[in-house]
Amino acid sequence: MPTETSTLTTQKTRNTKQLSSKLIRLLVYLSAVVTFGSLLFIILFILVRGVPYITPSLFEWNYTTDNVSLLPSLLTTLIVVGLSLLIATPIGVFTGFYLVEYADRGNKIVKAISMATDTLAAVPSIVYGLFGMLFFVTFLGFQYSVISGVLTAVIMVLPLIIRSTEEALLSVGMPLRQASFALGAGKLRTIFTVVLPVAMPGILSGVILASGRIVGETAALMYTLGTSTNLPTDLFSSGRTLALHMYVLSSEGLHVNEANATAVVLVVFVLVINALSTYLSKRLSKGGK
Amino acid sequence: MARKYEGFMKGVFFLSAIVSIVALILIIVFMFAGGVPFMLEYGLGDFLLGQKWTPSNTPASFGILPMILGSIFVTIGAVVIGVPIGVLTSIFMAEFCPPKLYKWLKPAVNLMAAIPSVVYGFFALQLIVPIMRNFVGGTGMNMLTAMILLGIMILPTVIGLSESALRAVPRSYYNGGVALGSTHERTVMAVLVPAAKSGIISSVILGIGRAIGETMAVVLIAGNQPIMPRGLTFGVRTLTTNIVLEMAYAAGEHREALIATAVVLFAFILIINSIFLYVKNKEAK
Repeated sequence: MPTETSTLTTQKTRNTKQLSSKLIRLLVYLSAVVTFGSLLFIILFILVRGVPYITPSLFEWNYTTDNVSLLPSLLTTLIVVGLSLLIATPIGVFTGFYLVEYADRGNKIVKAISMATDTLAAVPSIVYGLFGMLFFVTFLGFQYSVISGVLTAVIMVLPLIIRSTEEALLSVGMPLRQASFALGAGKLRTIFTVVLPVAMPGILSGVILASGRIVGETAALMYTLGTSTNLPTDLFSSGRTLALHMYVLSSEGLHVNEANATAVVLVVFVLVINALSTYLSKRLSKGGK
Repeated sequence: MARKYEGFMKGVFFLSAIVSIVALILIIVFMFAGGVPFMLEYGLGDFLLGQKWTPSNTPASFGILPMILGSIFVTIGAVVIGVPIGVLTSIFMAEFCPPKLYKWLKPAVNLMAAIPSVVYGFFALQLIVPIMRNFVGGTGMNMLTAMILLGIMILPTVIGLSESALRAVPRSYYNGGVALGSTHERTVMAVLVPAAKSGIISSVILGIGRAIGETMAVVLIAGNQPIMPRGLTFGVRTLTTNIVLEMAYAAGEHREALIATAVVLFAFILIINSIFLYVKNKEAK
């Protein structure tokens, strides 16, 4: 009799145990389905709504309210991304060099730089936008222009490039550096000829992520780059990036189909950028082994 | 020759490193110089606790309590929706996902983080807003719409950080749990998740920061009425959208009031960020 009740209770606990395990498994799977389901759904939704409206007139050289051409904004995006990276990459990578290769860990300046980088990474784009407007547009008198937009974007992506450079440099083994020193190479030479090539894929993937961030940016550029529909002629003329163009179209509500088509171009842009960055960081992890 | 370059380049590297600090100081100085004088002149209490935002009336009122509450409510909603799904998805990624699938899902999470906010907003405008209009009536642009969208938008932040926190837990913890006769699922929930607690909490804090700072997605779908939030099915305006909506035409006192709004937002972010750094440091110890 007693043995029977005890087997019964074990049976019972085992059942509840299995039930709770099943419940946990169900919830975990369900959440994953919701997450990736929404991503897939969003992408499909945009493609289905936008692809039919990708027409040659969207790619005409000049924007008019009839053709709603996205070509000027596409080119402006490339200009803004290119110039921003041209400035932000050396500053970010050199900061990484300083933090990893030169400064002692725990140094006060290193701590201050790390804290500044962390804080900059958390600042919302709209605050960057307002700062850019107050500082570059008004205080320095650059007006709504490519230069104001680019400099705002530089500050915005700096933390991203610094962080990825730091991680990439830290992943390079110490023996490599020591071997280089032992062969008589100086610090600078070691960094550029030994450390940098190994860390390159990691740094590049950070730089590419930064370009993705600029491509998708709206709030920080609205009041710095402005929203002119023309292709900028020089550093001091205004323009609009693709994301800004899409925001203006979607908030006006007059060109919904064109906005959808623009969204497709934007998403394809981001997809390519991300695939590139994933590919490079994979190469880094392979190179590390 | 080489010696000379060594010293010179070290100087260049140092100067580059200083740029971040200078940029942060400039941001703080210009934002505060632009906003704080207005706050003091208008009265800090009237500004922060005023319930009326009527910049074009004479005399104008600049109370931002509706927007402060709007931001807080929308963020709470995003956390309630996004955090459970995000944390459970990170558990899936770390402990349940077959490697073959993982190869595709990990980049998918990164992609989710990279989709521009304006695309998220436009998607919600065409899908969630009409659904809301049908089910709860009105324009469909309301607090609940914003909460759902932001809930989705914070997912990649929560998933990324929580997953690395779960992966950082020593494998012996898991082995111990299973050796005691616990199932895989229960070991994950009762051993791994509590061990990764501080990492998961910091992912949530970062998600909160993302939600409260989001602008372009929210402005398209939240309705943007500058009045005290009345409920889930009514329109709402947040701190971020208040700035972006009116900055284009604001002048004088109105403009200063918007910059002051950004200062309040900035203060929120600084507080959230300090909590994040505190949790991160505690974890490191």
